[in-house]
Amino acid sequence: MEFVFLLEQVVNGLVLGGYYLLLALGLSLIFSVGGVVNLAHGAFYAIGAYISLEVIKRFGFGPSMLVTPIFVGLLGIVFERLLLRRFYKADPILSLLVTFGLAMIVEQGLRMLWGAAPLPSNMPSEFKGNVMVGEFLFSKYRLFILGFVFVILGCIWLLLNKTSFGLVVKAGVQRPDMVAVLGIRLQPYMTSIVALGVATAALGGVLFGPITTVHPSMGTEIMTVAFVVVVIGGLGSFWGVVLAAVLVGVVRGITIHFQPAAGEASMYILMFAVLMLFPRGLLGERIDRFE
Amino acid sequence: MNVNVKTKKQKIESASRRNLIAKGFALGGATALSASLPIWAQDNSSIKIGHLTPMTGFLGALGEYAAQGIKMAADEINASGGVLGRKLEIMSEDSVNPQVAATKAQRMIERDNVAFLLGEISSASALTISQVAGRNKKLFMSIGARSDVLRGKDCNRYTFHVDIPVTVMVNAVGQALVRDNLVKGKKIFSLTADYLFGHDLSKVAKKFWIDNGGNLIGDELVPTDAADFSPYLLKIRQAKPDLIASNLAGNQVTNFVKQYSEFGLPYPMVGFNLNTADAWAAGEDNLGGIWPTVWHHELQTPGSKAFVANFTKRYNRVPENHAWIEYISLRMLAQAINATKSTDTEKVITYFESQAEFDILKNRKAYFRSWDHQLMQEAYPFTVKAKGTYKEKWDFLKFGDAVPAPNQSLELLATNKAENTCKM
Repeated sequence: MEFVFLLEQVVNGLVLGGYYLLLALGLSLIFSVGGVVNLAHGAFYAIGAYISLEVIKRFGFGPSMLVTPIFVGLLGIVFERLLLRRFYKADPILSLLVTFGLAMIVEQGLRMLWGAAPLPSNMPSEFKGNVMVGEFLFSKYRLFILGFVFVILGCIWLLLNKTSFGLVVKAGVQRPDMVAVLGIRLQPYMTSIVALGVATAALGGVLFGPITTVHPSMGTEIMTVAFVVVVIGGLGSFWGVVLAAVLVGVVRGITIHFQPAAGEASMYILMFAVLMLFPRGLLGERIDRFE
Repeated sequence: MNVNVKTKKQKIESASRRNLIAKGFALGGATALSASLPIWAQDNSSIKIGHLTPMTGFLGALGEYAAQGIKMAADEINASGGVLGRKLEIMSEDSVNPQVAATKAQRMIERDNVAFLLGEISSASALTISQVAGRNKKLFMSIGARSDVLRGKDCNRYTFHVDIPVTVMVNAVGQALVRDNLVKGKKIFSLTADYLFGHDLSKVAKKFWIDNGGNLIGDELVPTDAADFSPYLLKIRQAKPDLIASNLAGNQVTNFVKQYSEFGLPYPMVGFNLNTADAWAAGEDNLGGIWPTVWHHELQTPGSKAFVANFTKRYNRVPENHAWIEYISLRMLAQAINATKSTDTEKVITYFESQAEFDILKNRKAYFRSWDHQLMQEAYPFTVKAKGTYKEKWDFLKFGDAVPAPNQSLELLATNKAENTCKM
């Protein structure tokens, strides 16, 4: 029985990993291509959750899953064009400061607009409750999230691996200079990557809002986890991030099974162990310009 | 080449350093100016009060209500002429965590020269501020912290406690749980917030379960920054309890209640700590069980009704219990200053210890018990209304009658001298 219980935690961890993935993937992409650590990534997740509340109020949950990421994606384009673009070649400390500052401004902005009190956000009532698969208990809503993450993941993988867009992006990660020599401007690609990255983060906000509460500092809180996932996964690797997200979720579940108080600390211990063994992260590629 | 780069760097450095000096000068000038201004404008007229409360983190939402409540009280008092003809000046800051709270409290006393310290929701931060107050012999009104140890083992002469302590919270709903046959012979699984307050609540709750024939089969600590409770929910399901008891705090309760409803587990849930703001955030469909509160916005006393109306008009939302408690705390302090005609900590302590009565907008007046500095007041149990029986989103909570009942002693639910180890 103990084994079944543990397995249940592992499976639940996989689901949780899917949600971490929505945030970490964009963060990793933006860093790999632009060389910028976007500390404001969590802010877009929070904006997504708040916008989603307003959209749900007017049009319902389904439309919100579409409208919110598109809206936040557009914000991402503005963000990249006006702000982020200036820092690709600058000292990394500058982009850290700018995005960190932006995250604070957004958090305070949300507090001014919607108040500090957490807002209730409910999932559609048909998603409430659980499904039993054999011995395992799943929340219906989380199963739905997991399925959705699979679809998103598939789309992003296809985009990066089976299209000319992806080819340029991947080349740009390794040798931006060569891409430039070939007469391709990387800037529009970067804009798209940022838009895509923050839109998936916003989608995370839409989907996870109903599980927790929507509150101004939710972005800051999730950033830490997303960052840990990216570091564990290693830069520039799609599957590295996927693997790390799942691993963080599973390790957290197993830790809580045995030692509940250490639940939140588990991912940092995991990060420590991984970095000791693999300094570039699990599947991190060697990217010459970052070495 | 290398040398060249270095000189360039140095140039930049010296340029920015020059800039820095200029900026520093401007900034220093501005600070000197603003520092000198109050002395000139103040003319000894305002009474400074240091106010610390968590504005961020898992108690941040409650802290916002707290800051609004005390601000409103100060504005009302000042509009009607202040205290002893002097204005109250509230310096409100985010207490962040116990270490920062202590540092800020010390700074407020030393540099800002505050007459009193007020505030706090986190029991852990209230403890460190209370130690600072004790060392500096300044009065600290610990307003929203509920841990028993603050008014027990760790009590001190300079700290007064306004909110109901853990023991009262447990006793306020405990009888209802026993009556509804939720305790005796039942397997109980509890989750506890992993900090001072949670540990304290867990201890008192455990005693309650055991004293009433319950069987506590598990009690797990949950870090205060945990947002996802799914692994805990699986553990609960594996343990197959008859009852789930929450010893969680702040935003944790909201998240837990929501996810509990999401997973659709069949066990009834109770708990001893839920603030109305956290209940509102959980949403109407997710909450069940019976909980205690120190005050609620539907209380039908003229004072409470006026407070709710004014607060709602001013901030465009219904006040939560932390807004109310900060509001009445400042008014109690004002009453003490007026009565003693002094802002001297010792005189105010003597006044509070005289068990003077205060109108706290409830049916019965309240007083500080002299030997543990705990405010003796009524509390209220609440449950959740059936769906469709209310209109506004604020209105889904159903508040019960005050406990202790009107004919009982206000000290009925509190610890007695034999149970409480407070020695001042």
